[in-house]
Amino acid sequence: MITLGHMLTLSALLFALSVAGIFINRKNVLLLLMCLELLLLAVNFNFVAFSRYLGQIDGQVFVFFILTVAAAESAIGLAILVVLFRERRSINVEELNKLRG
Amino acid sequence: MNPSLLLAIPLLPLLAAVIAGLFGKLIGRAMAAGLTILGVAASCFLACTVLRDLLIGGVEPFNGTVYQWLATDGVTLQVGFLVDKLTALMMVVVTFVSLCVHVYTIGYMHDDAGFQRFFSYISLFTFSMLMLVMANNFMQLFFGWEAVGVVSYLLIGFWYTRPSAIFANLKAFLVNRVGDFGFLLGIAGVLYFTGSLNYDAAFAAAPSIAGKTITLFGGHPWSAMTVICICLFIGAMGKSAQVPLHVWLPDSMEGPTPISALIHAATMVTAGIFMVARMSPLFEYSDTALSFVLVIGATTALFMGFLGIVNNDIKRVVAYSTLSQLGYMTVALGVSAYKVAIFHLMTHAFFKALLFLAAGAVIVAMHHEQDMRKMGGLRKRMPVTYWTSLIGALALIGTPFFSGFYSKDALIEAVGESHRAGAGYAYFCVMAGVFVTALYTFRQIFMVFFGKERMDHHAAEHFHDVGWNMKAPLVALAIPSLLIGYLTIGPLLFGDYFGGAIFVRESNDVVGEMGAEFSGPVAFALHALTSLPFALASLGVISAWYLFLQNPAAADRIAGVLAPVRRVLDNKYYFDWFNENVIARCSRLLGGALWRGGDRALIDGILVDGSAKSVGRAALLVRVVQSGYLYSYAFWMITGLVILVGLFLYRL
Repeated sequence: MITLGHMLTLSALLFALSVAGIFINRKNVLLLLMCLELLLLAVNFNFVAFSRYLGQIDGQVFVFFILTVAAAESAIGLAILVVLFRERRSINVEELNKLRG
Repeated sequence: MNPSLLLAIPLLPLLAAVIAGLFGKLIGRAMAAGLTILGVAASCFLACTVLRDLLIGGVEPFNGTVYQWLATDGVTLQVGFLVDKLTALMMVVVTFVSLCVHVYTIGYMHDDAGFQRFFSYISLFTFSMLMLVMANNFMQLFFGWEAVGVVSYLLIGFWYTRPSAIFANLKAFLVNRVGDFGFLLGIAGVLYFTGSLNYDAAFAAAPSIAGKTITLFGGHPWSAMTVICICLFIGAMGKSAQVPLHVWLPDSMEGPTPISALIHAATMVTAGIFMVARMSPLFEYSDTALSFVLVIGATTALFMGFLGIVNNDIKRVVAYSTLSQLGYMTVALGVSAYKVAIFHLMTHAFFKALLFLAAGAVIVAMHHEQDMRKMGGLRKRMPVTYWTSLIGALALIGTPFFSGFYSKDALIEAVGESHRAGAGYAYFCVMAGVFVTALYTFRQIFMVFFGKERMDHHAAEHFHDVGWNMKAPLVALAIPSLLIGYLTIGPLLFGDYFGGAIFVRESNDVVGEMGAEFSGPVAFALHALTSLPFALASLGVISAWYLFLQNPAAADRIAGVLAPVRRVLDNKYYFDWFNENVIARCSRLLGGALWRGGDRALIDGILVDGSAKSVGRAALLVRVVQSGYLYSYAFWMITGLVILVGLFLYRL
């Protein structure tokens, strides 16, 4: 029997994995975007799990919203990525420290 | 009286001063001189009409506000005039002497580059002094007080390329600051106890203040009136050069001679005397303060006279004489004989301005030589100057029938009548002062006008007597020096001239007691021929004749015997030494310590630079966190979030 606990654990694992991916990945901005997607998926997973556990549909409605927003975000992120690559000929995270004051 | 007419009296000289000062180059020398003389002459004429209206016309004294400057918390600061007979007398004296000095200046300064500037200054001075004497409130009095101080500063340093002039004007300004500090405290005391700056309110409240006490340092209660009066008198000590704030006056002789006559002899220095006389309703309620005034004045009168005997600078001798005479006036104030003080102030203004202008004429004729040891025998070469000087000198030493005699003899008699604490000391001082005055005055006359000519060949060749524009003021001043005492002693001292302007309590009224014996100026003078002051003055003249003309070797012998005394006198009782080496040095040390400790270490080092540096250091530490890498920011965000959530979950 799969309980809520199992699902939350999986979600937490996914979340931790994606956060770790954001921290540890020093090479590719593309991977960064993928990790962000994964982060949102982990959150979605939580929503679905609780929706089912509580027997309410609201959580699943939110999932659709989040998926839409995530898609839009990825599109913008990829667009920025393309511009960035044109500009700097590189998508190496190590080199992207322009935020430094 | 018409207020706009009164307003015109001080404003005409101001207008002339502004035009001559700002557009001096434009309008030229003759125009600047003409304009300022016209302004002062008009002002003098108006002042005379005011005096005539008060005396003959029977017009009531004017007391009213002309312009209100601002009102704050129940206190109003305003320009107002109080014109009674005391004020009118001062106005006439000030404008008349000023007019003489203006005319004289044309000759004295005719080859000076700062001709227009000088006229602008002396006109400005006339304005300031008039504002001072005409004030009906302490605010305006203080304005005039400071304004004459500023003009005096400007004029002492008129030849601003001379280091000694700059030193002297700074000294005058600083010493006067000390006095003004006391004066301001006195005004603050009046405001504190009466809530008003008007003379009327202060005088009306005087009896009630007299009963109050005030606690200063360490719990001992002081009579409020004594504190106020002594503070006010400290102001007068600065302006009227009383010991120990007298040190600036001899040095002020660095300025051109006309202003020595106008400011440092006839008018500004008498501001303190006038102020105390004006404040007589306050001073009358404090015997302690009057005793203080008396002792200070007596000390000044005698000890400054001694300095006149040893000085060889023709102007400085007159300056020390001025100090001594101011001391006399202060003594008169101290024994409640305010009328006598004002009377002596008036006669002194005429004969001392005369002596100064005569000294100036000698200086010009000698091509700016001021050392009396290089003069001598000028009687033949400058007869007008000689005769007018002689009149001034005779008036100064108190020869019967001359103006100075009436005021000085009345003064000495008033001191003799008084029973105030210190009156005995003061009586001795003024009596001995008569001898000293005669000695130094005639020493000067003999050294300058009699004996052999001691000038060198070059000076003798270029010697030229001064023109009539310089002689005319001498004559104009010689006439009042001769006559004014004889004419005015009756109404001024023993008549009802001052009316309500001067208040004397019944028990202090020494002048009233003298009035009982007074039977006309002629009898007064004849009686004096047999009295002690006349004998002392004659003795002084004879001693001067013997020591400095007949037998100079005897003077040298006496100087040899009294060498230590002579050394003290040559060093002016070490006042300057004390001020420079103790007061000035201590202030500089204190200032240096505060500068290094307070300013550089505390404020600059810790507060200003310190705070900037500590921000810098903190930023240096925090800076390493800002790497610019997205992942590190994300890491810190998550870490922070974990910590916050952790706190939230496990503490609440």
